[in-house]
Amino acid sequence: MNQKNFNTIGIGVTFSPNLKANICQSARLALLFKASLVLIHVGEASKEKTATFDSYLAPFLKDGLRAKVVFSPGEPVGAILESVKQNGVDLLILGALQRENFLKYYIGSIARKITRKASCSVMLLINPSIESLPCKHIVVNGLEDEKTPLTISAAFFVANALSSEKITIVEEVYNTDIGNVQDDKSLRKSTLLKEKISRREDSRIQKILEDIPQKHKKNKLVATQPIFGKRGYSIGHYAEVARADLLVMNAPKASGFWDRLFPHDLEHILTELPTDILIIQ
Amino acid sequence: MSSKKNNIHSFFSELPKNIFSGFVVSLIALPLGLGLAMASEAPPISGIIAAVVGGLMVSILGGSHVTISGPGNGLVGVLLVAITTLGIQGAYAAIICSGVLLILLGFLRMGKLADFFPSSAIQGMLAAIGLIILGKQFHIMLGNKLSLDGSVDYLLAIPETIQGAFTYADSGLTFAAVSGVLSLAIMVFYSKIRNQYLQLIPAPMWIVLLSVGFSYYYEIVLQQPNPINAMYMISGIPSAQQIVADIPVPSFIGVGSLSFWTSVLALTLIASIESLLSIKAVDKLDPQKRRSNVNRDLKALGLATIGSGFLGGLNVVTVIARSSVNVNNGGSNRSANFMHALFLVIFIVLFSTQLTRIPLPALMAILVYTGYKLASPTLVRKIFSVGKEQLLIFFTTLLVTLFVDLITGIIAGVVITFIIHVLVNKGASFFIRNFLKPNVLMFQEKENGNYYVSVKHFCSFLNFYKLKQKLEDVPQDKDVVVDFSMCQFVDHTVMENISGYQDVFAKRGGHFEVIGLDLHGTDSKHPFALRKLIPGLKKKRGALTKRQLTLQEISKDFNLKYEPEKLEDIRFLDGFKHFSTKQIERLYNRLFNTENTFKLFDIKYSEGEFIAKEDVRTTMLHIELDAAIPRFTLDQEGFLEKVSSLAGFKDIAIKKHADFSNRFYLRGDDDLAIQHFFTDTLVLFFESNPYYHIESNGTSILVYSKERVAGVKEIKSLHDFGKRLQNELLLCTQNKV
Repeated sequence: MNQKNFNTIGIGVTFSPNLKANICQSARLALLFKASLVLIHVGEASKEKTATFDSYLAPFLKDGLRAKVVFSPGEPVGAILESVKQNGVDLLILGALQRENFLKYYIGSIARKITRKASCSVMLLINPSIESLPCKHIVVNGLEDEKTPLTISAAFFVANALSSEKITIVEEVYNTDIGNVQDDKSLRKSTLLKEKISRREDSRIQKILEDIPQKHKKNKLVATQPIFGKRGYSIGHYAEVARADLLVMNAPKASGFWDRLFPHDLEHILTELPTDILIIQ
Repeated sequence: MSSKKNNIHSFFSELPKNIFSGFVVSLIALPLGLGLAMASEAPPISGIIAAVVGGLMVSILGGSHVTISGPGNGLVGVLLVAITTLGIQGAYAAIICSGVLLILLGFLRMGKLADFFPSSAIQGMLAAIGLIILGKQFHIMLGNKLSLDGSVDYLLAIPETIQGAFTYADSGLTFAAVSGVLSLAIMVFYSKIRNQYLQLIPAPMWIVLLSVGFSYYYEIVLQQPNPINAMYMISGIPSAQQIVADIPVPSFIGVGSLSFWTSVLALTLIASIESLLSIKAVDKLDPQKRRSNVNRDLKALGLATIGSGFLGGLNVVTVIARSSVNVNNGGSNRSANFMHALFLVIFIVLFSTQLTRIPLPALMAILVYTGYKLASPTLVRKIFSVGKEQLLIFFTTLLVTLFVDLITGIIAGVVITFIIHVLVNKGASFFIRNFLKPNVLMFQEKENGNYYVSVKHFCSFLNFYKLKQKLEDVPQDKDVVVDFSMCQFVDHTVMENISGYQDVFAKRGGHFEVIGLDLHGTDSKHPFALRKLIPGLKKKRGALTKRQLTLQEISKDFNLKYEPEKLEDIRFLDGFKHFSTKQIERLYNRLFNTENTFKLFDIKYSEGEFIAKEDVRTTMLHIELDAAIPRFTLDQEGFLEKVSSLAGFKDIAIKKHADFSNRFYLRGDDDLAIQHFFTDTLVLFFESNPYYHIESNGTSILVYSKERVAGVKEIKSLHDFGKRLQNELLLCTQNKV
């Protein structure tokens, strides 16, 4: 299995109140992943800007961080995606915004577009902080999908880098699979079916887990959890319920006009951002 | 294979019970069928036809177990409109079309339809139907046939009719009014009199029997014509041959008109709502705790409605009152519904001429009582206790239904509920933004196998079906935790349904817990009596009554503690057969020892639903035992027990104690263990002591004597008996070991 590693981390930076926190967080991650950091700023270069970035980066540079700042003027979405390609960024970090007076987060339309179109993995931070916060519990999807093994192995890689204590792999069981419960008979049938599906899913996940290198699994609590809900949405709900610190998900399939109109999968999660999210490409 | 054989075997062994229960139900279905049909201004026999067709078809094709189908009271208002605008033949066509729509609803799995309406709006609609029935029939009950425009006019004319009733010139009318008032009195006081022989025949049948008897008394004994005005006797009950000969032809001429389809829609809507609500309520009463397949039932009801329409009958719906009578009389499967239809056929074939001896006012008294029950002040008070805004929803629906029509009424109820929700949350965007989101997550916790359900955003009548769908997927003997902590708004409809689930889970051996609502009451100003419906809120302590003070005193003599307040945790009563078909409402005035193993208490519970609902208050003694004993019930052997033993309940005989077996009626599943358990000393104890009902659930026993609250002296003797019984059982179980 191809092991996922992040060599170059990119972050889109604008002069928002969160700037320092965003830079600190991504610099920390770059150190943990042993990757280099690229600050992408949409706009013309100027001395003051560079000075500000440098002042925030300084403490991390001392610790051995390799970082550079890229100025790319133009239309934000295209500009960022272009710099990502040019600099060989394989993990792009985007900061979320907080709704006024609410403990709710959302990402702006630009970040959303980037997430959809990006060719690299994307990490969405809902609560970037200047201080380092531990990432204890990682939730990762276990969908039956060709991308899943890669996503799970990436989750273990991240968990190892962040020294997380627990990883939960969530298998989503859909209503269409378990039939309609109408009376006792169909209930029994559906309960049995549920167990069967849960077992089947579990063995599938266990197979994926076997391929994960031992060193990544060391000292970690690995759990699986089947949930019953709507694909792509319920996992976010679960992450919230389970108080996860990071949710790792497959990259979405190409989303068309209809998906936008009837949101599903990732779209739900992007509107509600239950935790920090890592989308593996 | 063996389970199939078992099913057939248990079907036949339970058949006698079901025949008996079907018979009792037919006694209540006969007068109700006639009355409901006449209230809708259809030929009286059409109600019976609906009951017969419904009983036969739904029992064979349906998906529920102990429900009874027939003409429903909710439909009276709609049928009345349909018949007046379309004519009776056009109405039959509308009935047939609504049957087709019902089948369609069944195939589309719209069994969840009733969940989309706020519960206060449904109650408002039912209350309006109750008032429509009451308003119209009240006048006939007092011998004053009127023909007015709107249902409100009928209600307003009630005082006039009452005044007029005292000044009838025609004594025939006075007799008619007296028969109506007496019948109403029978309906009202029937449940207050707890006499097992009286209760054997349902109140409506008493009315029929007494009025037919009265008519024969005049004819045979006094040799006089019946004093009740002939206009106020039931007319036009055809004989069986005539029914077959005169099957009406439905007229589909009006099919193109708007009023035809409004009627069809209203009939379908009300028929499905009434049926779905009834099925839900009856499932709670089912002692075997099965769940009904509502969609299959809808299809069967639709098919039965079509059949009934073609044969000249009314809509077939699932009816709550008759179903609960069925459960109370031991109906255990669909054969009871089938038998009820067969008995109705027999009645019509044998007694169709006798039925014309029933005075109309007597029959209408039954309907007036039904109408009153639907719109009773207790109901209004109950809704008010939930919250003022519920009362607003209730009255909006009620008034719009009365002044405009049913469909507009229920739509108004839905709209006002939504407006209130928007006002409470200060904006509709919250609902619009989150309406389409799949807001319910369920998973089974790995550690203990509990089901955990988390709800986000809001949960109201708009999206309750999503939560319900998940809850339905959980076997009801499992543990469920529903977490509303991420949910900002929960409405009354949801709370009410949730508390219904709590009942069902408790009865089926599971556990249903709601968490995360504690914050709602405090940090936001949610009205909706959120926590009122969740157990755990104490009422204010009022002054104690004299009886309570005496109880407090004697508790000291007995070395017991006394607690007058309601006890919320009544799980210790689970497993007692006595409560399997009853809803416990309140358990209070407890005398108990420190270990809580010996409790004397007053209890209020109800049997049946709706007009067949009877409240019982009694005093009981509950003793927890250290060792397991067989499950049994011990009663005094009376005539009724002898009869019911013919109907399949068996009495376990104790060898060498023929006298005991004659005097006592002993039941239980495990004959051998019970015979072994009843030793000579125990038999002697029961023979030589005052008589009580005694029931064992395997680990504890329940002792009570009368179906009323015991006096202080009776409590003392119950206590004494209990103490000695406890010792006796202790010896018994010790000897066994």
